[in-house]
Amino acid sequence: MSNKQHYKITVNGKQEEFLAEPRELLIYTLRERLNITGPHIGCETSHCGACTVTIDGKSVKACTMFVAQADGKDVTTIEGIGGPDDLHPLQNAFKEHHGLQCGYCTPGMITRATKLLEENPNPTEEEIRFGMAGNICRCTGYQNIVKSIQAAAAEMSAAKEAAE
Amino acid sequence: MKDEVTREERVDNLKGMGCSRKRVEDARFTQGKGNYVDDVKLDGMLFGDFVRSPYAHARIKNIDTAAALEVPGVLAVLTAADLEPLGLHWMPTLAGDKQMVLADGKVLFQGQEVAFVVAEDRYAAADGIELVEVEYEELEVIVDPFKSLESDVVLREDTVDENGKATDGAHGPRKHPNHIFTWNAGDKEPTEEVIANAEIVAEESMYYHRTHPCPLETCGCVASMDKVNGKLTLWGTFQAPHAIRTIVSLISGLEEHNIRVISPDIGGGFGNKVGAYPGYVCSVVASIVTGKPVKWIEDRMDNLMTTAFARDYWMKGKISATPEGKITGLHCHVTADHGGFDACADPTKFPAGFMNICTGSYDIPTAYLEVDGVYTNKAPGGVSYRCSFRVTEAVYFIERMIEVLAIKLDMDAAELRRINFIKKEQFPYTAALGWEYDSGDYHTAWDKALKAVDYDGLRAEQAQRVEDFKAGKTRKLMGIGLSFFTEIVGAGPVKNCDILGLGMFDSCEIRIHPTGSAIARLGTISQGQGHATTFAQILASEIGLPADSITIEEGDTDTAPYGLGTYGSRSTPVAGAATAMAGRKIRAKAQMIAAYLLEVHDDDVEFDVDRFVVKGAPEKFKTMKEIAFAAYNQAIPGIEPGLEAVSYYDPPNMTYPFGAYVCVMDVDVDTGVVDIRRFYALDDCGTRINPMIIEGQVHGGLTEALAVALGQEIAYDDMGNCKTGTLMDFFLPTAWEVPNYETDFTVTPSPHHPIGAKGVGESPHVGGVPCFSNAVQDAFRPFGNTHTNMPHDHWRIWKTANDLGLHG
Repeated sequence: MSNKQHYKITVNGKQEEFLAEPRELLIYTLRERLNITGPHIGCETSHCGACTVTIDGKSVKACTMFVAQADGKDVTTIEGIGGPDDLHPLQNAFKEHHGLQCGYCTPGMITRATKLLEENPNPTEEEIRFGMAGNICRCTGYQNIVKSIQAAAAEMSAAKEAAE
Repeated sequence: MKDEVTREERVDNLKGMGCSRKRVEDARFTQGKGNYVDDVKLDGMLFGDFVRSPYAHARIKNIDTAAALEVPGVLAVLTAADLEPLGLHWMPTLAGDKQMVLADGKVLFQGQEVAFVVAEDRYAAADGIELVEVEYEELEVIVDPFKSLESDVVLREDTVDENGKATDGAHGPRKHPNHIFTWNAGDKEPTEEVIANAEIVAEESMYYHRTHPCPLETCGCVASMDKVNGKLTLWGTFQAPHAIRTIVSLISGLEEHNIRVISPDIGGGFGNKVGAYPGYVCSVVASIVTGKPVKWIEDRMDNLMTTAFARDYWMKGKISATPEGKITGLHCHVTADHGGFDACADPTKFPAGFMNICTGSYDIPTAYLEVDGVYTNKAPGGVSYRCSFRVTEAVYFIERMIEVLAIKLDMDAAELRRINFIKKEQFPYTAALGWEYDSGDYHTAWDKALKAVDYDGLRAEQAQRVEDFKAGKTRKLMGIGLSFFTEIVGAGPVKNCDILGLGMFDSCEIRIHPTGSAIARLGTISQGQGHATTFAQILASEIGLPADSITIEEGDTDTAPYGLGTYGSRSTPVAGAATAMAGRKIRAKAQMIAAYLLEVHDDDVEFDVDRFVVKGAPEKFKTMKEIAFAAYNQAIPGIEPGLEAVSYYDPPNMTYPFGAYVCVMDVDVDTGVVDIRRFYALDDCGTRINPMIIEGQVHGGLTEALAVALGQEIAYDDMGNCKTGTLMDFFLPTAWEVPNYETDFTVTPSPHHPIGAKGVGESPHVGGVPCFSNAVQDAFRPFGNTHTNMPHDHWRIWKTANDLGLHG
């Protein structure tokens, strides 16, 4: 029952081309086909956000998007946000402020937070809590996640000011 | 040799116990480089998934796998008939019961594993599952444990003899085919007599609802049978990898040295990942059958509906007191719903876990506890969800009974607690139900907590609010939730704690490298607790090498010493103790090497932070780094080369962390919505290893407590349909619902633990659930409420208000 289609997706700046069934979920494409295992599977119903990626500038839950819907689009995962040599301020802040424990939600959490801070560089605590409500963490109780995001926001704002 | 560095700087440089060291785990997790079981990928790996029963109770008349086997990519479909010749169609549970691996003639709960489809990928497996045809004959469903004990319907045919009479179970005689065990503690007649003759008796029945640990990562494994070398490697979400290795050996017949169990990074456990599940057995069998690695990963629905529910305790209490409020007796009966199989993970001698800690923090002279375990047509389990075995239930029970007694006495609940606390000078204290509490200073903690929140001020504000409500000025009531908990963690002494005969000691093995760095391996496994960070801190303080130079490794049974794993807050009390003891062995040998190098007698040197110094001559010393090098490059008479140690630690007692929590909330009587204004948590976990991590554990545990108290449940309808199988229905709080918490502490070290630490990971959950619940109930106390059952979701709160006539 092969009804494979041809897809082209840019992932973390690299163009990927492959044949896949349209029913394949994007999270599966990323994790199984492209070996990008930062985004995780937590619920498969869009509730937990462990699979959060950025697609064409918007936060998207990759567990409920078909690969066909991502065709031609630009996808960024945690792997594209920062690494050992170019750590994103959020990645550093989560460590500094103990914003993670088991780490399973962390890639989605940070990926979402990068978008939140792009949309709103100086969010209030309430705005952070509202803006992050699509990402569930079972370990931290969110208090230190909020703190981490506040700290990264302050650092990024200061850096921006210094640059201007 | 002159030392330019101050002693204080040397202490700081170690990053040892007491400092908020940043976590070494975080670099990989924040960069998407964690290695969880679903990230394990092997050449030729297959994927297995289950056909599950849509019915809660049914006979299986036929399973037709032919169409499924036609699906491209499907390689095999296993059923009980395939497993029976191997003796693997049933498996032992950790509770002394046994459980079907694949449905053997009938199913006992919705979602039960019926067949295992093995395919080239998940999509092919899913297609195969759709085409397995199972013919069911529905049977009468029992979801109520009380009805189960009166029913003629025999749920488990393996529990009766040829005359239909209940055979003895793992924990003694059974009084009905659907009855699992009766377990008791304390003195029945004296307790009943005290209560019968008491001036004041308060009684309450409460249901601690069924819920689920629901870690963000579900359970899963990858089994890889290497037939050439006869070795099985099993990666999985195992909170107890060594125990899993032993169980796999016992049930598969493979010799234990040919089995390697690896727990990679685990995405939260909370008790869900202690037990052995059919997916593990089927993956191993499928790998042996196909000769290829086989992966099995639960989806969220599988997880919530089948593996490891928690609680489901029907508790009936009586508490007696003098008119002045001194408690004289406590009686508790529990009907425990275990579902289709008793698959909890309690120590063998404790089928109801440590429920007998239910006298709590109070000096209660006489008590009796009896627990009846019962089978129903619900998912199997009874695991400890972020608590030592059944301690959450016990603490909820006593903290509700105290509130109910306070109402009966028309007394302030904080004062009632205070006059009944075990006093500081009574420790070690032997409770009426048998446990010996190691240390505590409850009055100091309680006074600190009440002062911090201005308790009297809160009560005055609450009284005003009641007046305002009655005058029609507000529709919001104010609740003040109190809880004072004592946990029992760190299972445990081998003399009374084992799982499947395996003593519950734990272990640490240390190797010091020539250049003064080290690796230590433990029998535990972190699931987010930060062991790689904190155990290195214990060692840094014990052996004087910087924590940053110590690698901590867990979870590989080929390299780690045998241990019973991480659950029940046992890592710090047991493996943490083993770590300190192994460190002291290193230090003892280092002392001899130092004395040799300094040309003095062993007794003439003493340890100081990171070195041994000659007594009275601090300028003469050898650092641990120098000693490590000498251990490998000098021939020292009478001393073997190398610097290694191993310790297996059998704790002399459990540890007893405690804490005082206060929650202040507003309750909207018209919408049932609560607003948590304040939550103050004082924890005493003995010696504090890493304050940052302790705080993080408290925040997380309180949030899981909030969830359980205010909305999270596994619910069934009368047909045994699980109504809460997705995160749409099963409440996990988001950042939006969760408040900021205020944390505080006192320090009462454990007298029997090498570093005085007691463990903290589960305290906030254990103490938090009654605190949130008491806050809701307290809001309604002025209007005649005594007790309502959790979870206090909006609907139930609205209903309480309505039942009390508050809607006019």
